Amino acid sequence: MTAAAAFFYLFAAITVASGFMVIASRNPVVSVLFLILAFVNAAGLFVLMGAEFLAMILVVVYVGAVAVLFLFVVMMLDVDFAAMRQGFQDYLPVGGLIGAIFLVELLLVVGSWTIDPGLVHGPLAVSPGAETVTNTQALGLVLYTNYFFFFQVAGLILLVAMIGAIVLTLRDRPGVKRQDIAIQNARTQADAVEVRQVPTGQGVEV
Amino acid sequence: MNAAQIVMPALGPALPELILSVGVLVLILYGAFKGERSTEGVSVGALILLILALFAVVSQPFGAKVTTFNGSFIVDGFARVMKALTLIGSAAAILLAKEHFERERIARFEYPILIVLSTIGMMIMASANDLIGLYMGLELQSLAAYVIASFHRDDVRSTEAGLKYFVLGALSSGMLLYGASLVYGFTGTVSFPHIVTALREGSGLGVVLGVVFVAAGVSFKLAAVPFHMWTPDVYEGAPTPVTAFFASAPKMAAMAMAVRVFVGAFPVITPEWQQIIVFVSIASMALGSFAAIGQRSLKRLMAYSSIANVGYALIGLAAGTQEGVRGVVIYMAIYLAMTLGAFAVILSLRRGRRMYETIDDLSGLSRTHPWVAFLLAMMMFSLAGIPPLAGFFAKFYVFAAAIKANLVTLAVIGVVTSVIGAYYYLRLVKVMYFDEPAEAYEPMGPGLRIVLGLSSVVVLLFWLVPAPLVGLAGTAAKSLF
Repeated sequence: MTAAAAFFYLFAAITVASGFMVIASRNPVVSVLFLILAFVNAAGLFVLMGAEFLAMILVVVYVGAVAVLFLFVVMMLDVDFAAMRQGFQDYLPVGGLIGAIFLVELLLVVGSWTIDPGLVHGPLAVSPGAETVTNTQALGLVLYTNYFFFFQVAGLILLVAMIGAIVLTLRDRPGVKRQDIAIQNARTQADAVEVRQVPTGQGVEV
Repeated sequence: MNAAQIVMPALGPALPELILSVGVLVLILYGAFKGERSTEGVSVGALILLILALFAVVSQPFGAKVTTFNGSFIVDGFARVMKALTLIGSAAAILLAKEHFERERIARFEYPILIVLSTIGMMIMASANDLIGLYMGLELQSLAAYVIASFHRDDVRSTEAGLKYFVLGALSSGMLLYGASLVYGFTGTVSFPHIVTALREGSGLGVVLGVVFVAAGVSFKLAAVPFHMWTPDVYEGAPTPVTAFFASAPKMAAMAMAVRVFVGAFPVITPEWQQIIVFVSIASMALGSFAAIGQRSLKRLMAYSSIANVGYALIGLAAGTQEGVRGVVIYMAIYLAMTLGAFAVILSLRRGRRMYETIDDLSGLSRTHPWVAFLLAMMMFSLAGIPPLAGFFAKFYVFAAAIKANLVTLAVIGVVTSVIGAYYYLRLVKVMYFDEPAEAYEPMGPGLRIVLGLSSVVVLLFWLVPAPLVGLAGTAAKSLF
């Protein structure tokens, strides 16, 4: 219990702190790295809650794909974030006011929010509890049976995304030097090396 | 849950979708291995697939209502008619594109493949029986559509069209999804029949809010006012065969989706969504009719025309009755024929490598190409709603349904705006018949001839044998109530 609580505070503190650093740091690359740190710690929080599938998905999808994509975009586009931040001080009062209103609204909503007990034990709680099967198994049991149709359609959507990326970006440019492994492997010593006798005091014709 | 409980879902009802899915994978492999030389073969293959799927749709048992995949996929009369219309529209889009893309030197084998993938999405939309299936179908359809909008990737306008469509489409998908999540949250289910049961027990403001967001997403996909802003730019920027595709097949699917959602899932709260549909319908008809008057580009004109036509079709949905839905189905079928015919003519306006896309380019077409001019004039008379052409009957059925549902004001506004809209349709006829002829265009290719010929037959001869389509639409509407 205490170990779990200690880890909770550790992960939570690092998540919040790195979340703050994402918006506070001046260098966008550093921001993205802090974002990755926040994701990893959030994954740790999920593990503590027993949602290990979500934790792994967070690491694989967000850290592995989305954050790396961000990093590439930040590195490839030369965005001047310092210029974008100009006028931050001027807009602070208005922005702060809107933020405060949102905070109050959020507190009011969450404070008065209760889950209908009928829903928890009613039609929504169809999946087996975490005591009997693991998350991944529980998802797999419905994903490949009840939701098999959606799973297949999602596959088709991803196929369209792949075809689309190729259609819109792949170009055959003439005159590009490509690496052809087959040709490289087919080279023998006889093709590549030529032994010449060099007469003393003279050069060789190449 | 153990292995014994898992039952293989019945795949028979989804046979048309399966034919397309498996076939398109084969075509992708063929295209990928043969490279650019495979374009012709893949186009023919895609056409064959669409025709096979059409046969599969037609040969499904008539009148039966079958659900599969845990009730998330439904095949009934309505789904089958809308699927058939969608398949016809997609096949026409491939036929129309062939010569155009070859001349513009952008013919690639991915175009027919993306059309087929998009068609699978549209068919899933027409067959959706829950919110997840609806959304998945919609995304499959839209994602392929974004890509083909910027298919001419070296053309700035085409890439701009694709980007605009993508950004606004993603926004509208988000709104639809948010609405769906609200509906799920307040009814506790995503399945349409269960939503109906849940709403019978009582509905709150939350569900209505969800319906509003869903309506916004649906209106975007239909290009109905106030979510029409993307339409003229995307229609103008995209390559013309792609514009013809956007104006035909996806409209059928979007209208099928609208009817499925509102009539299928929310019949209990009809008065709530009826107000939204009435407003969207009036606004679309008015904007489509007025904004088209000042247009010079034929593609923009057709964009506004499609906005107005969606407005007329929505009159039938606003009625919310079986007759109204019948009117919608008839309207969409006839609209499909008129639009494809008009686009076949627009695509034939070319000399050499140059396309002509403005209204002035039509001048004197009656003397250089009398037949083409005559058929385009018939399409325009039909779009304007002049009897005895098909467009008149399309409007007649929706207006009649609206009057029976006590929406007399809506019907009157519809009649008034169609008179206003007649101005710009008739102006095209005037330009073709009374203005000085320009140089002759090249003769039409075989693909365009087939599409124009078939759509002309429907538009010109519908009044002689209206019974098949009206009967089919009646059965389709009956399956929903």
